[in-house]
Amino acid sequence: MAMTIDILSWIMLTAGGAFVFIGGLGALRMPNLYTRMHAASLTDTMGAVLVIGGIMMQAGLTLATIKLAAILLFLLLTSPTASNALASAAILSGLQPEEGPIKPRKNAE
Amino acid sequence: MIIILFGVFLLALLVITALAIVRTDNLFAAVILTGIFSLLMAANFFLLDAADVALTEAAIGAGISTVLFLGALALTGERERGGSTNRLLALGVVTVTTLIVIYATFDKPRLGDPDAPVHQHVGPWYLEKTPALIDIPNAVTAVLASFRGYDTLGEVFVVFTAGIGVLFLLSAGRGGRTEEIRPADAPGPGLRHYLVPRVVGRMLIPFIFLFGLYVQFHGDYGPGGGFQAGAIVAAAVILYALLEGEAQALRALPMSVLKWLVAGGALLYGAIGVASMFLGGNFLDYSVLASDPITGQHIGIIVIELGVGITVTGVLLCVFHAFAARGKV
Amino acid sequence: MEILGLVYYWVFAILLMIGFYAVIAKPNLIKKLIGLSIFQAAVFLLYITMGKVEGGTAPIFQDGVSLYSNPLPQVLILTAIVVGISTMALGLGIVVRIKEEYGSIEEDEIQELDRK
Repeated sequence: MAMTIDILSWIMLTAGGAFVFIGGLGALRMPNLYTRMHAASLTDTMGAVLVIGGIMMQAGLTLATIKLAAILLFLLLTSPTASNALASAAILSGLQPEEGPIKPRKNAE
Repeated sequence: MIIILFGVFLLALLVITALAIVRTDNLFAAVILTGIFSLLMAANFFLLDAADVALTEAAIGAGISTVLFLGALALTGERERGGSTNRLLALGVVTVTTLIVIYATFDKPRLGDPDAPVHQHVGPWYLEKTPALIDIPNAVTAVLASFRGYDTLGEVFVVFTAGIGVLFLLSAGRGGRTEEIRPADAPGPGLRHYLVPRVVGRMLIPFIFLFGLYVQFHGDYGPGGGFQAGAIVAAAVILYALLEGEAQALRALPMSVLKWLVAGGALLYGAIGVASMFLGGNFLDYSVLASDPITGQHIGIIVIELGVGITVTGVLLCVFHAFAARGKV
Repeated sequence: MEILGLVYYWVFAILLMIGFYAVIAKPNLIKKLIGLSIFQAAVFLLYITMGKVEGGTAPIFQDGVSLYSNPLPQVLILTAIVVGISTMALGLGIVVRIKEEYGSIEEDEIQELDRK
């Protein structure tokens, strides 16, 4: 039983790390602000869920697990809100999302 | 081995972020990168077993400092003009000094060496005497509030003076509290127009307050204390001010209340010191505050941490309002 | 542990000088203030590095742990962080007032205007 919990938590931690890495890769390679934010915010939230879930499994049923659950709830609320606020700010300052097929990426960001 | 690699990785991230801060010419990006730098520094502190310091650096460095810089940036320009004065000379001086300091580090004691001079005299004495004299689990709070309480009194007065200084500089002249006449269809003040940040923010603010109170009173038993709690409560009120507009936040917590908070916290701290003098001990000697010296120490520590938290909250909010009210609207 | 300890001190030296370079070579006043805060953070890193004890843990007493890191540098740095933010707030207030009086926050332009 302890072995399965261990293996499961390791899988979740590795998957969470992989998600965040993919998000970082997407934030670098995407052509403009909106696509970059889409890549970074989705994978960040999922990565946070997986990593904190993995740590919660390692901690068992202690006070630390409840604190971790509270942190997870806070992250689930604020991380998408922050991305929403960022996208609103971008629209407000005039950056229009590009439509149509992907053009080759210009070197200016 | 993994811990070593992780430590080196975090340090490398710190250096990269610092280089990016200096090289960018968009000040807005530099301020956000400073927030990231502070957060990485907090992670480094945690890796070096300094939990209290990591909490303080995250709350004050990454949280409040970014807000203050952004408030100042809104009043000055956002772009740096660029071009440096005497770049080669500066680079030369900097390189030579780096090499000299690196040469000096070869003589330092090994990291974590328990026989290093810094671990010899007062440090072990504090660790030994805290369970005996003060009996709280957090040794850092015991040293900060009781053994070195006089230094902390000076620190509260420094925060108080900085608050007065900013109020002096930025309350006179332009920027008054006149209600602007808005056309009927203009978006309201703050972020009232935007649904998602407003709903989520208003849901979170009571919990941030609660967490601030938890950190304040839990400082004896875990990482925490007055400074971190003051920063967290100030962050809650700043969030409210950003969402509902600064005028609404001033109606909720008016400037007069804030000025009372600023002065009241420092007064509370000094009053405990004077009270212990009246009760027969020295200044800031908490053992005379109750019949049992250890209970006296507990009472003293809780009250002065409360004073510290109140002053830090008041000063950070005064500074925020001073920057925000000085707008070009 | 030997090389790791030295890496911490070398990073302290590098960060110190990066902050110092921003203070002396950049003419923008807010960039100077940011450089000063990097300088301060490097000093904090030095003190906390000196306080670590190998095999110890954070200086919060709990059962089953006998070796703790030194609490004294942490207390000093806690005070230093708060004092640093206070002086930073005051410095930013001065920069805002300079911008209002002189119209610019670049150091050479301010000196030109002062000479007139």
